[in-house]
Amino acid sequence: MPETWLDHLIYMVILLLKIIAVVVPLILAVAYYTYMERKVIGYMQVRRGPNRIGPLGLFQPFADVFKLLLKEIVMPENANKFLFVLAPVLSMAPAFAAWVVVPFNDWMVIADIDAGLLYILAMSSLGVYGLIIAGWASNSKYAFLGALRSSAQMVSYEIAMGFALIGVLIMAGSLNLSEIVRAQQGGLLDWFWFPLLPLFVIYVISGVAETNRAPFDVAEGESEIVAGFHVEYAGAAFAVFFLAEYANMILISALTAILFTGGWLSPFEGIPVIGDTILGQGSIFWFLAKTVFFMYLFLWWRATFPRYRYDQIMRLGWKVLVPITMVWVLVAACFSVFGLVVRGS
Amino acid sequence: MPITEIVFYMFSLVLVAAAVAVITVRNPVNAALFLVLAFFSSAAIWMLLEVEFLAIILILVYVGAVMVLFLFVIMMLDINLAPMQEGFINYLPVGITVAVVMALELMVVVWSKGRFDETAFPVPPPHPDTYSNTKALGELLFTNYLLAFELAGVILLVAIIAAIALTHRQRTGSKRQNPSMQVRVQRDERVRLVKMDPEPRQGSQ
Amino acid sequence: MNAVTRYLKSLLLLELGQGLAVTLRYFFRPKFTIHYPEEKTPKSNRFRGLHALRRYPNGEERCIACKLCEAVCPALAITIDSTQREDGTRRTTRYDIDLFKCIYCGFCEESCPVDSIVETGILEYHFENRGEHIMTKEKLLAIGDRYEESIAEKRRQDAAYR
Repeated sequence: MPETWLDHLIYMVILLLKIIAVVVPLILAVAYYTYMERKVIGYMQVRRGPNRIGPLGLFQPFADVFKLLLKEIVMPENANKFLFVLAPVLSMAPAFAAWVVVPFNDWMVIADIDAGLLYILAMSSLGVYGLIIAGWASNSKYAFLGALRSSAQMVSYEIAMGFALIGVLIMAGSLNLSEIVRAQQGGLLDWFWFPLLPLFVIYVISGVAETNRAPFDVAEGESEIVAGFHVEYAGAAFAVFFLAEYANMILISALTAILFTGGWLSPFEGIPVIGDTILGQGSIFWFLAKTVFFMYLFLWWRATFPRYRYDQIMRLGWKVLVPITMVWVLVAACFSVFGLVVRGS
Repeated sequence: MPITEIVFYMFSLVLVAAAVAVITVRNPVNAALFLVLAFFSSAAIWMLLEVEFLAIILILVYVGAVMVLFLFVIMMLDINLAPMQEGFINYLPVGITVAVVMALELMVVVWSKGRFDETAFPVPPPHPDTYSNTKALGELLFTNYLLAFELAGVILLVAIIAAIALTHRQRTGSKRQNPSMQVRVQRDERVRLVKMDPEPRQGSQ
Repeated sequence: MNAVTRYLKSLLLLELGQGLAVTLRYFFRPKFTIHYPEEKTPKSNRFRGLHALRRYPNGEERCIACKLCEAVCPALAITIDSTQREDGTRRTTRYDIDLFKCIYCGFCEESCPVDSIVETGILEYHFENRGEHIMTKEKLLAIGDRYEESIAEKRRQDAAYR
């Protein structure tokens, strides 16, 4: 391979184009996820949700964005100015950076690296910085309490999440996300959700807790600490936090789809008639469908469950989820060693 | 200059600058954040050495967990900045001595192999594309160094249990709630529904 | 309930599933939200909205400045000044209602001996400048002139109960 500057340049440009091809749809997805959230929760509360701006209210996200961007950013008195501005960026960057290893289908992935799962874990553990810095730099007790709550919660649930992922990688025998999906080939019951059912449930639960969403949204706790770590943020800076939170939710949904429900694989694989049609083929369509399903789950839970009390969250994380995952990691290891579950070819 | 070298010098510059900032900035929270930056850039340099597993673990463990807990503690402290600066000059001679000794020790180790150049320390050959640092590390840990690895694990476990045993004490007077008891409560344990006949009025007051 | 079934129940998240089923059921229920500006909920003929001062059919204003409304107003929202007109009748020179103070209780309407001050069914109005919330005599009479028909209809429907 001739290593000239031109080669590097072309490589960089292509890489940049790939990144744009992921980030722009992602931002749009975030915008419409907020719309979906308001609609879904509205429908569950027998309301209609936003329906004024554009047909069916479809332009509502843009109205929201413009409103936020045009608002004034207020810097609190005695805030640490540099960190105050840095915090939203720090919370957004990992949320977007993690997408680099997410395979959309067999070949659509920016970086098909071997340590993909570890990379995802590392990125999601970085997200806590944006929030803890935001809480501290705001010089506000509400923000600080919110930051303490949510970072303690994120650090705790990362453990259960990590154990759930260990189950997956024992079954798949690889840290590469594409390989993990390929290991699930063979049909609905070969996907990892079935042999790893408890880990699947725990992964989704701790995913919700990781992103500080209802019913684990004590970090926001409107009735106690106003809005948590981003109380002091307004306008564009708040919008960035919002973007990060929703990008993280979509990321968790996409990861659940990849790790436990076979990513781009079709659920009709191996079923006689329908499996031979185009529906039986693995494609980006199935990946997106699964992701949207888990995104819907986030909203569904938010509409259904009341908020946990903080000590209950900690108890659930440490005393319920972590032990169950530990046991099931052992069970998964037994599956793998004794070949009880045949891995897809 | 190949691109890897540019990346290397970029990150090492950031690393050195961040490391200097850790000990010079006044605000302890800023110092902790600079330490995070230092970890991060050293992880990037490790990545250049094709040890992606260690690099990511460095971020995951030190940046993602240890420093968060550090920040927790530092943020909770109400530190008066002025007295913290006073000791700096007093401790400077001791600090410099320690630094010089450490530097000398490093040099002795380096020079023991002969001159510090490419013949003594050749550039390691790049690994083939199929090389996986994670796999290589795992194979070593679970074969050649299995005993040491397991021993380390046991020691860590002992440390965890000891830490919990030392700090866990039943505080008197604390009004803790027990969530699992609360969750398990049935209606009948808290409410008694009494069926009673209406009683005649007890005369006017 | 013994311990085993309790553990099973909480481990299988049965109760959470029941909750989710409820919300999912409502997700598909028809929605009965009224699209407000286009659709409106029916309004009672006793609805107490914006105030108005009425006139007799011959154009003479009804109000005789008896100040009963001013006296009965629990929010002290009404201010009345009066004088003697050239023809010897007592009339108001000033009849102000402060809509910020008004609690729309309808006592003024009840107390009025000549059916002059009334509350119309109007509920959609707004102020764009400071001071506009003070309804002066001119404004109130103008409202009365404009909505006389609907006011009269309201009172006709309710007449049997007064």
